Amino acid sequence: MHNDTHVAAVRKFAAVCAILEKYEYKPEKLVPILQQVQEEYRYLPEDVMAYIATALRISPARVYGVATFYSHFALEPKGKYVIKVCDGTACHVKGSNPLLTEIRNKLSLGAKQHTTSDLLFTLETVSCLGACGIAPVVVVNEEVHSLMTPGKTAAMIDAIIGKEKVEDEQHA
Amino acid sequence: MNSMPDLKNIASEFSELYSQVNRRVIICAGTGCMANGAQKIKNEFLHIANLTGLKFETELRKEEERFDLLTGSGCQGFCQMGPLVTVEPEGIFYIKVKPEDVAEIVAETVMHGRPVERLLYHNTAGKPCKTAENINFYKKQTRRVLKDCGNINPEDIREYIHRGGYSAAEKALKEMSPVDVCDEILNSGLRGRGGGGFPTGRKWALAQSQKSDKKYIICNGDEGDPGAFMDRSVMEGNPHSVIEGMLIAAHAIGADEGYVYVRLEYPLAVKRIKKAVEVALEYGILGDNIFGTGKSFRVNVMEGAGAFVCGEETALISSIEGKRGMPNPKPPFPAQSGLFGKPTIINNVETLAMVPGIIRNGAAEFRQTGTKDSPGTKTFALTGHVVNTGLIEVPFGTTLREIIFDIGGGVIGNDGEIDPDGFKAVQIGGPSGGCLTAAHLDLPLSFDSLRSIGAMVGSGGLVVMNRSTCMVRIAKYFMEFTQNESCGKCVPCREGTRQMLSLLEDITEGKADEHTLEILDQLGKAITKASLCGLGKTAPNPVLSLLTLFREEMEIHVTQQRCPAKECKALLTPVVLEEKCKGCGLCIKKCPVGAISGEKKQPHFINEELCIKCGACIEACRLDAISEGV
Repeated sequence: MHNDTHVAAVRKFAAVCAILEKYEYKPEKLVPILQQVQEEYRYLPEDVMAYIATALRISPARVYGVATFYSHFALEPKGKYVIKVCDGTACHVKGSNPLLTEIRNKLSLGAKQHTTSDLLFTLETVSCLGACGIAPVVVVNEEVHSLMTPGKTAAMIDAIIGKEKVEDEQHA
Repeated sequence: MNSMPDLKNIASEFSELYSQVNRRVIICAGTGCMANGAQKIKNEFLHIANLTGLKFETELRKEEERFDLLTGSGCQGFCQMGPLVTVEPEGIFYIKVKPEDVAEIVAETVMHGRPVERLLYHNTAGKPCKTAENINFYKKQTRRVLKDCGNINPEDIREYIHRGGYSAAEKALKEMSPVDVCDEILNSGLRGRGGGGFPTGRKWALAQSQKSDKKYIICNGDEGDPGAFMDRSVMEGNPHSVIEGMLIAAHAIGADEGYVYVRLEYPLAVKRIKKAVEVALEYGILGDNIFGTGKSFRVNVMEGAGAFVCGEETALISSIEGKRGMPNPKPPFPAQSGLFGKPTIINNVETLAMVPGIIRNGAAEFRQTGTKDSPGTKTFALTGHVVNTGLIEVPFGTTLREIIFDIGGGVIGNDGEIDPDGFKAVQIGGPSGGCLTAAHLDLPLSFDSLRSIGAMVGSGGLVVMNRSTCMVRIAKYFMEFTQNESCGKCVPCREGTRQMLSLLEDITEGKADEHTLEILDQLGKAITKASLCGLGKTAPNPVLSLLTLFREEMEIHVTQQRCPAKECKALLTPVVLEEKCKGCGLCIKKCPVGAISGEKKQPHFINEELCIKCGACIEACRLDAISEGV
C-alpha cells in the first residue's frame, strides 16, 4: 500500500521534473515552466507548485504570486472543454453578453462558478482574441466559432454533449 | 545550410522553381478565415485534384512537369468575407468560398483562368470585382506592412527572400555602422506603432550610446487591446519581416539576443514566429557570423500568460524575468537598464516590420507618405458596426470619413443593414484611447492630431458604433476592462479605477445625480496624473473623452434617469402596448410594488413613479404586450 502511493507520487512528479530539466532549473523561466506544467496537469496543483519553488530555490510565495497574477493559470482543474467567449470591444458591441447568458443557463453555471460539476465544461471570458472581423467569437479548446448567436451557441454545446454521450456508450 | 546565406542565389532559385507553376491558389489561412472553414476548402482542393488527376503541389520543389501550386497565406484583412481564395497569376479573388464551390473553381479558374462570377465580390452597384484591387476596401488602402501578408506563404522563407526580404538586414550589417542605422531611422521619422508614438530612432540611439557587455532587443507582440489585431496578422502573415526588423535593430544598438513576446491567445502567431526563427537559424540569417560580419544574434520566443499590463514595457520585462508582470518607475528607461539590468530596446511588432523597408528604400522615401509629424502608414483594425470589417492600412493623414465610408463601406444598424445616418462614434486606441464623433470625421488622423483632442492612435483599434449604442455603457465596458487588468501595484490605478467603475455603474443603474459626473471628471484627472505606468495614466481616457464629447447623453442619464439609446435596462420604464393587452391581470399579480392597475379585459397601465423597473411584468406577460419602454 505504502509502495503504491509512493509510485503514484513519483509518477505525478516525473512530468514536472522533465519540464524543470528542460528549462535548466532557471528561476527566470518560471512563466514558461508553469505554462507547460498546466498543459500537463490541466491546472497547477498546490503540491506541484511547492515542488517547483523548492527545485528553483525560490519561495513558494513567489510561485503562487506568479500563478495568481496571470489569468491563464488555473488553480483548480478545468473542464475537458474550455469555452472562451470573447468580450473584446468588437464582440461586446456585437452582442457577446447574450452568448454568455445562454451558455450559463444551458450549463447551469452561476456567476461565480466556471466549471460544470461533471468537469466537462469550463466557461471563461477573454478580453480579445484578435478575430474582431468575425465577431462575436466563441472558442472551444482550439476551435474558433465565428459570427455566433445564442442559438448557434446552444447548438454547439448540444453537439459536444451528444458526442460525449456516444463516446461514453462506446466505452460502456 | 549553416554557411553564409547567399540571398541572390536563394531568390533566383526560387524564381526558377516558381517558373514551373501554372496557376497558384492562395487560401487565406489567417485566424478569421480558418474559423470560417479555410482548412475544409484546402482539403477539398486536394480531394478534387486527386479525383481529376490534376497535379496540385503544396510545396515548391523541382518537379518533372509543370504543376499548380496550393498555398496558405497570412491574414488578407477582409476577414468578414472569408474564407478568401485567390488564383494567380490573374489575381482572381473569391469570397465566402464553400467546399462545394471548389470543383467549379478548379474546372473554370485553375484549368482555364476564367472567373466564376457568383463567387466574386459584388460592389454596392452590384458589379462583380474580378481582383482585390477593384474592391473599394482594398483600392483605398496603401498597404506597406501588410503588402506581403496575405500574398506570400508565411512558412516559406525563400519566398520572403525572393521579394527582397533580408536584403535590408544584409545592407545594414555589411554597409552601415550602428550610428548610420540609428540616424536613418531617426531621419525617417518612424514613431512607435504600439501606442505612445515615441520616435524609434531616438530610442535606438539612447541604447546605442550605452556601454554594456550585453544588450537586448524585445519585440512586443503582447497585443492586448480589445478590438486590435494588427500585430497578430503581421506575425501570422509575414513573420520574417519582424525578425528582419529585430536583426537590424540588434545591429543598431549592439545586441546579440532578442525576445519575441507573444500573447498566448494567439496560438497561430506563436507557431509561425517560432517556425520562422528556426528556419532563419537554419539559413544562417540568425546565429553566429551573420552575413560573414562576425556578428551574432539569437531570438527566443516567449508566450505571455494573459495579463494586459504586460504590454507596458517595464512590466513585459518583469514577465520575461519570471516575475509578476508589474511595471517599474521610469527612469531608468529600459534603453538604459532593462531586461536583467541590461540596456534593452522594446519595439512593437508593426514598428519592427516597417524597419526593413526604411533601410531598403531610404528615409526620404518613407517620408513621402503620411504627414510631416507622423510619416508612413498605419494599420488599423476596423470593426464594429461597419459594412466591411477587417484589417486595413492607410497613410497617416487619412480622415475617418475615408476609412469608415470608403474603405469600411458605411455604418450598419443593429439589423445589419446600411444606415446612412447611423454613425455615432468611433472608439480609437482601445482602453487607453478615446472617442471621435461626427465632428471629427474630416480630421486627418495622426499621432498629434488625435492627442490634441484627447484620443490616441493607441495600437490602432477602430471600433465603429452606430446610433443605438449607449456611450455610458461603452465607457463602463472599458473601465471594467482596465479595472480587471490593473496589476494592483499603485493605489491611484488600483483603487481609482474601481471607484470610477462603481460611479459608472451608478449611472447605468439610475442611482447617479449631477455630482457624479463632476466626481468622475476629478477622479479621472487624478488617476491620469498619479499612476505609475501607461496603463493607469491612460485608463480614464475613455471616460474623460465621453465627458467632453457626449456630455449631453451622460447628463440625460443622471438628470432625467433616461438612456437615449435604450441600452441601460434599469433606466427603462416598461410600457403597456394597448393594442396587444387583453387585460388578463397577470402582470398586476406579478408586480412587486403594485405599480400596475387596470380593469379586467381593459388595457392595463403602469405607474411610472411606483415602477422599480424590475422587468417582472415583461417576463410575466404571455402576449408580449409590455415593451421595454423608453
